[in-house]
Amino acid sequence: MTTQEALFQYTLRLGDTNLILGQRLSEWTGHGPFLEEDLALTNIALDITGTAKSLLEYAATLEGKGRTEDDLAYFRNDRQYFNAQITEQPNGDYARTIVRQAIIDCFDFYFYTELAKSKDETLAGIAQKSIKEVTYHLRHTSSWVERFGDGTEESHNKAQTAVNELWQYTGELFEMNEVDAILIKEGIAVDLKIVKEKWEKHITELLEKSTLTKPENVFMQTGSRKGIHTEHLAYILAEMQALPRMFPDAKW
Amino acid sequence: MELNKFEDVFEGKLAKNEMVEPKDWMPDNYRKHLIRQISQHAHSEIVGMLPEGNWITRAPSLRSKVVLLAKVQDEGGHGLYLYTAAETLGVSRDELLNNLHTGKAKYSSIFNYPTLTWADIGAVGWLVDGAAIMNQVMLQRTSYGPYARAMVRICKEESFHQRQGFEIMTRLAFGTEDQKAMAQDALNRWWYPTMMMFGPPDAESPNSENAMKWRIKRETNDQLRQKFVNQTVPQVEYLGLTVPDANLKWNEAKKGYDYSEPNWVEFKNVISGNGPCNKERLAARNKAHDEGAWVREAAQAFAKKRKEVYAAA
Repeated sequence: MTTQEALFQYTLRLGDTNLILGQRLSEWTGHGPFLEEDLALTNIALDITGTAKSLLEYAATLEGKGRTEDDLAYFRNDRQYFNAQITEQPNGDYARTIVRQAIIDCFDFYFYTELAKSKDETLAGIAQKSIKEVTYHLRHTSSWVERFGDGTEESHNKAQTAVNELWQYTGELFEMNEVDAILIKEGIAVDLKIVKEKWEKHITELLEKSTLTKPENVFMQTGSRKGIHTEHLAYILAEMQALPRMFPDAKW
Repeated sequence: MELNKFEDVFEGKLAKNEMVEPKDWMPDNYRKHLIRQISQHAHSEIVGMLPEGNWITRAPSLRSKVVLLAKVQDEGGHGLYLYTAAETLGVSRDELLNNLHTGKAKYSSIFNYPTLTWADIGAVGWLVDGAAIMNQVMLQRTSYGPYARAMVRICKEESFHQRQGFEIMTRLAFGTEDQKAMAQDALNRWWYPTMMMFGPPDAESPNSENAMKWRIKRETNDQLRQKFVNQTVPQVEYLGLTVPDANLKWNEAKKGYDYSEPNWVEFKNVISGNGPCNKERLAARNKAHDEGAWVREAAQAFAKKRKEVYAAA
């Protein structure tokens, strides 16, 4: 694998993760628990989908086969998607959406802080813009994890169930393969060991503060680095891609 | 001051085109009219998030997805400032929402029509937001200060939305045959419902007279409808589409188009709950509100606990 190929794969992975997460979050728009929160979550969806767009645009350039960001988003099958499995998990109740988001925001905060130092200027630029947004997202979702954990018995139970059920998808966030190895050597990619340490510490403190229990010895799911997903992704894509695939010659 | 003195001050402000502010005295029926109008407008914004939100997950390009998300978020933001403006008249948001959820309050009937294709998202932006702007531009100078100021911001954003809607229509109308057919179909379905947005003909409009006197309204329903047709027909022609009205004709004498009236029987039915999506829209709002109850309770319980902690410290 050349550095260029690795960089394409890496950027695609980041783009897919943001795209699928943004897609899931946007399912809440108009249906939030109250107006201010509906707006806040829609705003997070908007930021994340915007980041996905920048990343896929860059991925398309790196690939150099004349495909656009929309070709990448709308004309790949689930086995060609590399988003982390946690992003495709159903929204469930609001506690599950918030816990999923807090786990990812916390990861993104440390990840993009590292990526901002990348020798690849485009990725570093996207990361710098993203940190500003993610800082706000993390503050927002963390405050809700605390409210749910230390709110009512019902909210506590819902949040704890979400943590217990989503934890099995957190291992994947830190997996590295040949792509990472090649790019870390070039000073382009982030060493996820560094992110993992910071993420663990931060999320452990957040759960403690929220009177929630951190699951231990959980068997971690894996697969997305190879394009293997949970059953949910194919449905997400079926919905998202329907129109461009129905009219493949159309420009929108 | 005697009551009639208060009334003189109020009438004086109207006569001098001055703003009435929350702490000023105002007649009860003025206050009631405003609460009704502002809250209906707020409800329309948040119910309007539903038909447009319907296509966010299916927007056909990443750019259009981001634009639509931002647009629907703006509509929610408009709802927020309008609820706040209504609250300055001494009514709570809970009460207003309760009126919406129980079906007591009205919202713009246009949102009881379904968004069936992507072209409907273009048509809603272009036609529905276009008609809304025409209704709302005059409200920037309305007599009640908080409402007028909210409308200045809302109108700016709505003009932007209208351009975005027209852009979607342009891409479709100048696209493939399938896309053009999709655009025409959307125009066919949205034309008359949009015309209904200006309200019943002047002769049958019960709320117009006071609204004109109080500068809550400045042009009549029929005047606005005519203006809308005059403005929109050239845009339809530019797109190479056809207005679904065989009687549409330029009338040189009135310097405007003659057009067919919308079906007012349908209008009355949609207003009274028989539109294609009335029940679904209300059900979706109620579901979101009911399922959000434990979230709001958790936030309150948490805030109370923290307050106690601070008090004890």
